[in-house]
Amino acid sequence: MSSTALHVVTGKGGTGKTTVAVALALALAGRGQRVLVCEVEGRQGIAQLLDVAPLPYEERRVASGLGGGEVFALAIDAESALLEYLEMFYRLGRAGKALDKFGVIDFATTIAPGVRDVLLTGKVYEIARRRGEKRDTGPQYDAIVIDAPPTGRIRQFLNVSTEVAGLAKVGPIRRQADSITAMMRSDATRVHLVTVLEEMPVQETLDGIADLAAADLPVGHVIVNLVRGALLSDATASAITGGGLTPKAVAKALAAAGLDGSAATALLDEGRGHLERQELQQSQRELLEDSPATTTELPLLDDIGIGGLMELAELLRDGGVA
Amino acid sequence: MSPRTSRTAPDSRRPRSQPRVVATRDAAGHLDVDALIADRSIHIVVCCGSGGVGKTTTSAALAMRAADAGRKVCVLTIDPARRLAQSMGLTELDNTPRAVAGAGADGGSLDAMMLDMKRTFDEVVEAHASPEKAEQILANPFYQALSSSFAGTQEYMAMEKLGQLHAQGDWDLIIVDTPPSRSALDFLDAPERLSSMLDGRFIKLLLAPAKGPARLLSAGFGLVTGAINKVLGAQVLSDVQTFVAAFDTLFGGFRQRAESTYALLQAQGTAFLVVAAPEPAAMREASYFVERLAGDAMPLAGLVVNRVHDDVTTTIDLDDARAVARRLRGGTGVDAQTAELLDVHAERLATAAREQRERDGFARSHPGVPQVPVTALSTDVHDLEGLRRIGDLLGR
Repeated sequence: MSSTALHVVTGKGGTGKTTVAVALALALAGRGQRVLVCEVEGRQGIAQLLDVAPLPYEERRVASGLGGGEVFALAIDAESALLEYLEMFYRLGRAGKALDKFGVIDFATTIAPGVRDVLLTGKVYEIARRRGEKRDTGPQYDAIVIDAPPTGRIRQFLNVSTEVAGLAKVGPIRRQADSITAMMRSDATRVHLVTVLEEMPVQETLDGIADLAAADLPVGHVIVNLVRGALLSDATASAITGGGLTPKAVAKALAAAGLDGSAATALLDEGRGHLERQELQQSQRELLEDSPATTTELPLLDDIGIGGLMELAELLRDGGVA
Repeated sequence: MSPRTSRTAPDSRRPRSQPRVVATRDAAGHLDVDALIADRSIHIVVCCGSGGVGKTTTSAALAMRAADAGRKVCVLTIDPARRLAQSMGLTELDNTPRAVAGAGADGGSLDAMMLDMKRTFDEVVEAHASPEKAEQILANPFYQALSSSFAGTQEYMAMEKLGQLHAQGDWDLIIVDTPPSRSALDFLDAPERLSSMLDGRFIKLLLAPAKGPARLLSAGFGLVTGAINKVLGAQVLSDVQTFVAAFDTLFGGFRQRAESTYALLQAQGTAFLVVAAPEPAAMREASYFVERLAGDAMPLAGLVVNRVHDDVTTTIDLDDARAVARRLRGGTGVDAQTAELLDVHAERLATAAREQRERDGFARSHPGVPQVPVTALSTDVHDLEGLRRIGDLLGR
């Protein structure tokens, strides 16, 4: 493999993007790869999830010993990226400091449209092009996973050259933006969309797929997160809906087991509620099946510890995401 | 450092001040939403929270309930889901409040609108600049990018619109939804940021060539413009300069309005609601918002926790449900089926317990901030009845 694979993980808020991004990094590391997982929104979600100290603007190893692979993590912020960029490419030294003092850094990263995204994705671009320590060892990382902004903003975020088009028609920023967009559109990149089986997130995912495709951005997998498994067998389901299973019979079974028989009606109601939710999940699942992207499902876990993340990682490997 | 720090820094860096809670809680520390909307001295409610927690739905349901309780309400939504927008009869983004048919009782009424941020920005320019200047600004490439894609524009324009609606005086309660991002409260920084920018040397530097005498310039000037030209290209600097020169007269007005909006938000008559869902990431973001509001001494009404699974009704506890399910599972017929029902029950109890732990954790770290749980419905809101159902849950 000669170039760094780029996995961009997006999705509607609350669907578990960060969890999926970290699980995907672990999955890739499990294949013996050297992986970097980055976040770009200053939430420190990766650190919270892995229970480590807040991530600095510096790559830190957060997991190793997974089938020979390693996971590094990085929190990218626009201000640090700009100062680093100026230092790296222009050796600005004193001028860099002057820019900061004049409020230019502030201006560029908060007011100037699109510049923030160019800086965030630009840092990823720089890392993706880095070579390993020995000249002929290939890229420094086999894969980079980005915990990206939500679906509503992902196209802007990745399509930076369009975004800065109004700002810069020529010049280094424009060239940088064009190179970043070229990387995002290349075969090395996959944009994965995380969703849950509910109406709004599924609709947003379908819109997102169309949106990405229209911008020539490569859609990867749809990752359906927080899936609730069916707890009732088909036979039990039809006994509940068909009335074959009566409150009286359930009450008797409960009483015989030493429980309060009067709970039977409520238990049956809960059973019907469960079936209703399963049906809703199924109808949303069918909507996703009509989309061109491959779907991989991840279950709702009681507790997302490192064990849970490894379980999700394995499912992502099985699903062919990693 | 600039006030911007508070947005990117972890929560711990901002000193945890005591939230300014407006009196809307009952003895049990429960957020009394009906008392909030019945309080005629409250004229603005701002809903904030992270993405995907149902903030827009909460805003709309609250507006609906207030209208049904006799208030003249306007709800300002930002990017609502299609069906939610349709449920209120909002079919286009036309930046004008429209009456929602079928909403309101006892003299109350509901108007709803979706924010069009570019149009709002354009209107501000047109209202405050001379026609030629406005034309010049609207055609500037830098302005066009700023008004349509700058990530913070939505937040500022939501507040600009709030100021306009409030000044219009047609409503006695305005409910505002905020964009689904951590930067949703960035507008709180607007007065300070605009001030530091206006008084800052960068603007003076940008305006300097237009204003003449080179002696005003410090030695750093050449260094800085040189660097900017090198990085951005000379054309960008000249676009920005033209923009700033044209905008110069408007900036003062922007600062003034940002300051008065800030004062309006801080004043008696405004209440913030933080919206969350009962899971760790959303509750962490809720803590961030509560602390951010406390830091600016903004009046907080409390926390709305959406999608809570607290409607578990039986007397069988988790341990019993699990133990008996295990015992009955091997059996036949009704026993095996009862075991499955107990599995369903156990899952619900476990979910309810997990959610309660999240809410208790928040309550412990933010004593004095009242909460209201909103029970999860199995479907999204499609119509006004759906909004009323959410409203009933909010007001319970």
